[in-house]
Amino acid sequence: MKEKLVMIGNGMAGMRTIEELLKIAPDMYDITVFGDEPYGNYNRILLSPVLAGDKTIDDIMLNTIEWYEENNIKLHAGKKVTEINRIARKVTAEDGTVEEYDRLLIATGSRPFIIPVPGHDKEGVISFRDIKDVDTMLEATKNFKHATVIGGGLLGLEAANGMMQHGMNVTVVHLGDTLMERQMDKVSGKMLKKSLQDKGMDFRMEAQTAEITGNGRVSGIKFADGTSLETDLVVMAVGIRPNIELAQQAGLHCERGIVVNDTMQTYDPVIYSVGECVQHRGETYGLVAPLFEMAKVCANHLAKMGIGLYEGSVTSTKLKVTGIDLFSAGDFTGNEDTEEMVMQDASSGLYKKLVLQNNKLIGAVLYGDTKEGAWYFQLMRTSQDISDLRDKLLFGESHLGDSGHGGDHIGQMSDDTEICGCNGVCKGDIVKAITTEGLFTLDEVRAHTKASASCGSCTGLVEQILEFTLGSDYEAPEAKPLCKCTDHSHEEVREAIRERKLTSINDVRRSLNWKTEDGCPACRMALNYYVQSAWHNEAQDDPQSRFINERAHANIQKDGRYSVIPRMWGGMTTPNELRVIANVAEKYEIKDVHLTGGQRIGLYGVEKEVLPKIWADLNEAGMVSGHAYGKAMRTVKTCVGKQWCRFGTQNSTALGIKLEELTWASWMPHKFKLAVSGCPRNCAEATIKDFGVVCVDSGYELHIGGNGGIKVRATDLLCNVTTEEDVLEYCGAFIQFYREDAHYLERTAPWVERIGFSRIEDTVVKNEEKRKHYYKRFLEAQKIAQVDPWKERAVDGKDKYEFETIKVVQA
Amino acid sequence: MSNWVEVGQLDDIPKQGSRVVETSDYNIAVFRTVNDEVFAIKDECPHKQGPLSQGIVHDKKVTCPLHNWTISLESGEALGPDEGCTNVFVAKVENGVISIDLG
Ligand SMILES: Cc1cc2nc3c(=O)[nH]c(=O)nc-3n(C[C@H](O)[C@H](O)[C@H](O)COP(=O)(O)OP(=O)(O)OC[C@H]3O[C@@H](n4cnc5c(N)ncnc54)[C@H](O)[C@@H]3O)c2cc1C
Ligand code: SF4
Ligand code: SF4
Ligand code: FES
Repeated sequence: MKEKLVMIGNGMAGMRTIEELLKIAPDMYDITVFGDEPYGNYNRILLSPVLAGDKTIDDIMLNTIEWYEENNIKLHAGKKVTEINRIARKVTAEDGTVEEYDRLLIATGSRPFIIPVPGHDKEGVISFRDIKDVDTMLEATKNFKHATVIGGGLLGLEAANGMMQHGMNVTVVHLGDTLMERQMDKVSGKMLKKSLQDKGMDFRMEAQTAEITGNGRVSGIKFADGTSLETDLVVMAVGIRPNIELAQQAGLHCERGIVVNDTMQTYDPVIYSVGECVQHRGETYGLVAPLFEMAKVCANHLAKMGIGLYEGSVTSTKLKVTGIDLFSAGDFTGNEDTEEMVMQDASSGLYKKLVLQNNKLIGAVLYGDTKEGAWYFQLMRTSQDISDLRDKLLFGESHLGDSGHGGDHIGQMSDDTEICGCNGVCKGDIVKAITTEGLFTLDEVRAHTKASASCGSCTGLVEQILEFTLGSDYEAPEAKPLCKCTDHSHEEVREAIRERKLTSINDVRRSLNWKTEDGCPACRMALNYYVQSAWHNEAQDDPQSRFINERAHANIQKDGRYSVIPRMWGGMTTPNELRVIANVAEKYEIKDVHLTGGQRIGLYGVEKEVLPKIWADLNEAGMVSGHAYGKAMRTVKTCVGKQWCRFGTQNSTALGIKLEELTWASWMPHKFKLAVSGCPRNCAEATIKDFGVVCVDSGYELHIGGNGGIKVRATDLLCNVTTEEDVLEYCGAFIQFYREDAHYLERTAPWVERIGFSRIEDTVVKNEEKRKHYYKRFLEAQKIAQVDPWKERAVDGKDKYEFETIKVVQA
Repeated sequence: MSNWVEVGQLDDIPKQGSRVVETSDYNIAVFRTVNDEVFAIKDECPHKQGPLSQGIVHDKKVTCPLHNWTISLESGEALGPDEGCTNVFVAKVENGVISIDLG
């Protein structure tokens, strides 16, 4: 029998959770939903346009009564739950309806705060929260002239604007001196007030309500300073309080909201909670974007997939009043440690303020022109270092780069720029939906991606993307999934491997519903690497999912023959090693002997069958595999340093050998090279290596993310350290972080650019605990990895079949 | 005319792997898929003669180790945008023994 899931609160967060759950586990539960309001689920956000007459109630229904029937969900509409019995696991509604549950989801939202002044319970004093309130306001517009809204925040202004559209005289009473002070600074608040005044709205600023007067029905307001105002309707929009009474009665731990952990679980493990009623890491939320993120995580855990954590949100706000464009996000007030960038053009009604801290954008307020909002929000959410963008930041993303087509704002936007804040939909998602699903209209995009389906403020952007994408010379962007065998991204796959403890490629494919039976070359190799980097103790290596070079432990050359490159620690060799190499070269008639760029000697043109014999000879002289063929640590290049060079400051060669001993035989997302130079003259070219050390008098400069390949990139200086032990620890930690974070086949240079230098600095330098953690994991993994693959095959006979023909047929 | 030759046991080839049969003229790559189907084709990529036996076997296809062309094991033809073909030999497995028809 199926388990029973009961949900209390038929609103936006709860129903989103149910929808997400149906997507991933359609048949897992018998679902029952209780809702206080007598309808299906509607888009609460759009009550404002309904009030303003731009939309009807039918337009804003998200899940109709029929939808519940079609999806076999039992809906108790109009029934308020009054009791949760956690021992018997059942809930009871006002009318006596009882439902049992195996799991319970509480999504009761919040309720408007009513200032308890005398007269607050008179007829004609309402709030702005649900359809009933909107009906009351619309009714009032027919019979009365004067309305007052207490509270000049987002909700209050939208209510005031709505009633004004119906010809009412509306006054907004506000306690502070700035409208929407949680989203606006003084300057933009003033501009906003001016625009609304021009539309005909009246304001009473810095006014404290003392009493609501009237005989039965409201007829006026008295303020603390003794003045008063006549009015026929009062709408209180002064804030919301999480709806927690029911949870409290049931003995669930609540503070301001129902306290949940990162998996949206309350203190009772079978009871989950999402939405405005919850308190997560001390925060409560009043906008849908974070609630939808919660919904996704919660659905995942209800489906017992166990991936995904909700870790809190940064939110942004837009006001839905036609003709007024404002955007606000993050911390825009600033303090001594922050700097501000401001652009103001009062005559054309434009204002932009950006707040920066430590070269990162932490807050933004835009007024008049908000099209850069998405980009700024993106920079904030990813904590990107903006040092390089500084002089262009204020002008916006469309002014970046030198491509010259100034107005091509959409084209310039990166694929991961978030377009729809409510539903977390990025530009790339929309473009992909348009191209792969063949979409042509806004409604189709809404249906497929949910972009612009909630508050609607991104509608303009979505339309521009449609226009841009359907234009003729459009180039399809790179797809985000790992490969065509799956819809999951690299990150999702790695997270699942960690969270669900998947230790083989087959487990991953099964657990994530791979679309192909045995994958393709791209995902097989990536998955084989990912399971091993996550579970170095337990993962199974699949040789058939390794490129031939790693299977044969030699580099395939253009004629199908191989090369052999033994390790020469830190680029040092001995007469004896050279003698052995010379002997091998003669004995096996090696065609070419070549010095590589990494200070090694390469033997070229070896038949596959001969490989184990050559390795055996080299092993006998103590030489091991140089891994010159693998996505692995390749070489540590050194200069002679202090030992011989008159400029040398430290013993670079010895340090290079230690580094090579630490890191040899480690598998990586891509090849990985190191170098140690004895002084800043840098003869070992350490500043174009994945990890480079430049010795200085006071110690060692550590450099990361360099590349000397097709696209040369000089390293970033990670930090300075004073001892060799530190060099080893930082190096190991850096490598391990790279191994666990980079995409397969992503070298350190593009990786550093993708995730940002600061994330690496934070992990490896600034946070000692993390550094030690990664270093420790690296050492553990190395303990298992450091076996000479040549010896295993040449001496111990491993994978013999790899090097022998199965049959010779005499014709 | 057929010329069946036993080349070895099914278990001599790893799943999703390949082994080489040498003849006096050329090498033949014998493949075993994830579902234990066996195919034999000339061990030369239609692109630049890369040894297909050293490639990655997936589905009923092999991806060449040199420049990543993907070749159908059933038809010997290059798949996707690339064009070219290599010889195919009929292969069968009886009682765990693989035979191929050298024609
Ligand atoms: C006019 C307006 C405009 C808004 N504009 C925006 C905006 O532009 N952008 C934005 O991001 N957010 C906006 N919001 C906020 C957004 O609507 C809320 O954050 C969101 O709806 C909260 O979702 P929820 O599921 O937590 O609560 P709700 O959607 O309130 O759902 C909770 C439901 O539970 C029911 N319920 C409560 N207790 C019980 C019980 N004991 N038994 C049965 N049912 C119960 C309630 O009746 C309600 O239907 C706006 C809100 C309003 C009112
Ligand atoms: S890097 Fe400095 S120490 Fe090393 S060889 Fe060059 S000059 Fe000498
Ligand atoms: S530079 Fe080009 S040709 Fe030379 S070894 Fe590297 S890949 Fe081959
Ligand atoms: S030789 Fe096979 S792809 Fe080039």
